[in-house]
This record gives sequence, C-alpha cells and structure tokens, in this order.
Amino acid sequence: MKTRDLAYIALFAAIIAVLGTLPAVNIGPVPITAQTLGVMLAGSVLGARRGFLSVLLFLVLVAIGLPLLASGSGGLAVFAGATAGYLYSWPIAAFVIGWLTERFWSRYNVAWGVLFNVLGGMVVIYLIGVPVLAAVANLSLGAAVVSGALPFLIGDAIKAFLAAAIAAQVRRSYPVIERPRQALATR
Amino acid sequence: MTLSLYVPRRSVVHRLPAGAKLLALAVLAVVLFARPSLPVVGAALAGVLAVGLLLARLPVATLARQARTVLWWLVGLFVFHALFSDVATAAVTVLRLLALVLAAAVVTSTTRVTEMVAVIERLCAPLRLVGVRPARIGLVISMALRFIPVLAERADRIRQAQAARGGSARGVRGLRTTVTPLLVQLLQMAHTVSEALDARGADDVPPAGGRRAPAAG
Repeated sequence: MKTRDLAYIALFAAIIAVLGTLPAVNIGPVPITAQTLGVMLAGSVLGARRGFLSVLLFLVLVAIGLPLLASGSGGLAVFAGATAGYLYSWPIAAFVIGWLTERFWSRYNVAWGVLFNVLGGMVVIYLIGVPVLAAVANLSLGAAVVSGALPFLIGDAIKAFLAAAIAAQVRRSYPVIERPRQALATR
Repeated sequence: MTLSLYVPRRSVVHRLPAGAKLLALAVLAVVLFARPSLPVVGAALAGVLAVGLLLARLPVATLARQARTVLWWLVGLFVFHALFSDVATAAVTVLRLLALVLAAAVVTSTTRVTEMVAVIERLCAPLRLVGVRPARIGLVISMALRFIPVLAERADRIRQAQAARGGSARGVRGLRTTVTPLLVQLLQMAHTVSEALDARGADDVPPAGGRRAPAAG
C-alpha cells in the first residue's frame, strides 16, 4: 500500500472523527450522529479496501482512548456497550459500499450511490447493530428493532443521499478510485 | 479539542504495561459474561472502583464522566428488565455493563495514547507474514492524529465564514459550493503530505542498496 493510500485512510478516519463534533440527537439508546455520513463517504470515495481500513483506523483511535465518538465518549468502554454492534458494523458497511461503488464506478451517479449507501450504510449496519443491541441489553429482537433501527430510517436516508451527492461530485473533480484499466497502466 | 482521556498520576496501575492492562480487561469481560451472578458482578464492580480510585488515584469525576455517557441508558435498561423479567436480572445486567465500562475507563485513563499505539504495533507484528509492516500502522495512526485538529480547525473556519455571510450555503447547492471543494482540498492535502513523507523516505519499498549518501559538494 502506498503512502498516498495511507494518507487517504488517515484523512477519512479524521473526517469521521470531526463529524462527531456535530451535535448528536439522543433518542433511545443509540444516538443519531453525523458519523455514519463519514462511513458512507469513506466507502464511496475511497473504495472497498481503503474505506474499510479508514473506518477500522477510526475505531482503533477510539479504542486507544480518544474521545472521538459523537457523545464525546471513547476508550474501550464503548466496545462493550449496547451500541458496540453498530461500531463493529461500520468498517463492514464501508467495505460493502466501496465494493459496490467500485463495481459500478464507470456509471456511478447519485441514484446508484444512494442505493449502495442504503445497502451498505443502513442494511448492513442494522443487521449487525440490532442483534448485538438485543444481546448486550437483553432485549427481545423486536424491542431492539424499535429502539435501534426505526428512529434512524429518515436520518440515515438523508445521509445516504448526501454521501452519494458528495461522492458523485468528488468523482467528477478528484476521483480517488481508479478504473481497473487505468490502475494497471499506472502501476 | 482535548485529544486524550489520559490522566497523569504516579501509580502502580499507570506503570503496568499497557498490554497487561488490556489483557486484564479482556479476562474481566469473559468472566462477567460467563458467570453473571450478583456476587461476581458486585465484586467485580467493587474491585474496579478500588483499582481506579484507590490504586490509580483517578479523580471520581473522570470515572463519573465516562459512566454518565451510559448512565441514563443503564437506568432505562434496569426499568425494562425490572418490568419484563425480574429485579435480580435487571441488577446483574446493569451492574455488569457498569463494571465493564468503568474498567475500560480505568485502562484508558491510566495508559498514554503512545503506549497504546506501541501495543497495537506489537499486536500487528504477525501481520508481517501477510506483507503488512507494523511501522506503517504506526505511521497511519500518527497521520490521523495530526489530521484531526487540522480538520476541526478548517471546519470551524467554514462555519464562521458561513455565519458571517448569513449562513447561505445550505442544501445541495451548499454541497457543491462548500463541502465538495473542501473534501477535494483535503484529498489534495493528504496527497501532498504523502509525497512529502515519501520524499523523506517513508515509501513502501525501500530502495535497493539503501539510502544514498548526499553527494559531496
């Protein structure tokens, strides 16, 4: 991996961190934050591998004790808490979004982007976050869905659109994901 | 922006190697989930508080702040379990989470970020086998730590500039006029930083024959 890739990975980890300084909305156990916007951006701007690694790096920074989550929390505590599943799902979400984005890179637009962000940034995150919430908090799956997925639908849909719009614009002015053939030619 | 939860003190807990503290934390988590009974959980909570407050001499406020982020959630959880199962289950579930959160807070508050990074580099040593160099992981962590305050400052400057113009850049137009250019600038900045690092010898493949000595004038 080139130093440039490392710099992009570090940049998006920092972006997710700074998005955490935007105020979070607390309804129920899981806060609504702008940080998942960063997760979606990491996947759709950097692609699968670098997107995954940048979110993983962000989680490492949280784990080593930086208070970077939206609530100002951090440290190892959050990885044992009720919302731990959502955190674990973030790198996978970025990977799925990045993988889909790379597959459809040549005809990527806002509509495709929204679809990919919804699949990776909502479906994947809920599929992992909700069962973990249920297990850690001893809730029934139904109760976990009510408190851990339903309140986010609208906010997450807005974030999926924003991330797709930004990614489509970045793709036109400063594409980071290379087309397979270009990638071969430059290496 | 305070970038660390570390609380400097001279104590046995602070001096323990970071790896040992992390291992202890992992063992505690396994025990608490394997033996969820009130005496075990209660003893664990008391032990964690004793280590944190008496041995490590952390201020009560430090632990309280960490606990506060989960406090109301614990209260809700307690009520839920008291209503739908029984008070004993409710107490065990809540106290177990509290003990783990506080134990993690103790580890985080007594261990410097640099020590944690060193542990991560060591833990990543086996990744050498699949071609990952642990030093690169240290590099990417330091880069992110450097980027965070830079980004926070730029974001703040944009917020002020928008406020000065009456907050006009909103909606999709705001994306095109502010957010996307900022993101492109940041990507360019990251690229420049990587070139600067490479120029100072941080590239992936060290040149054959080692570093060349500067030509004598």
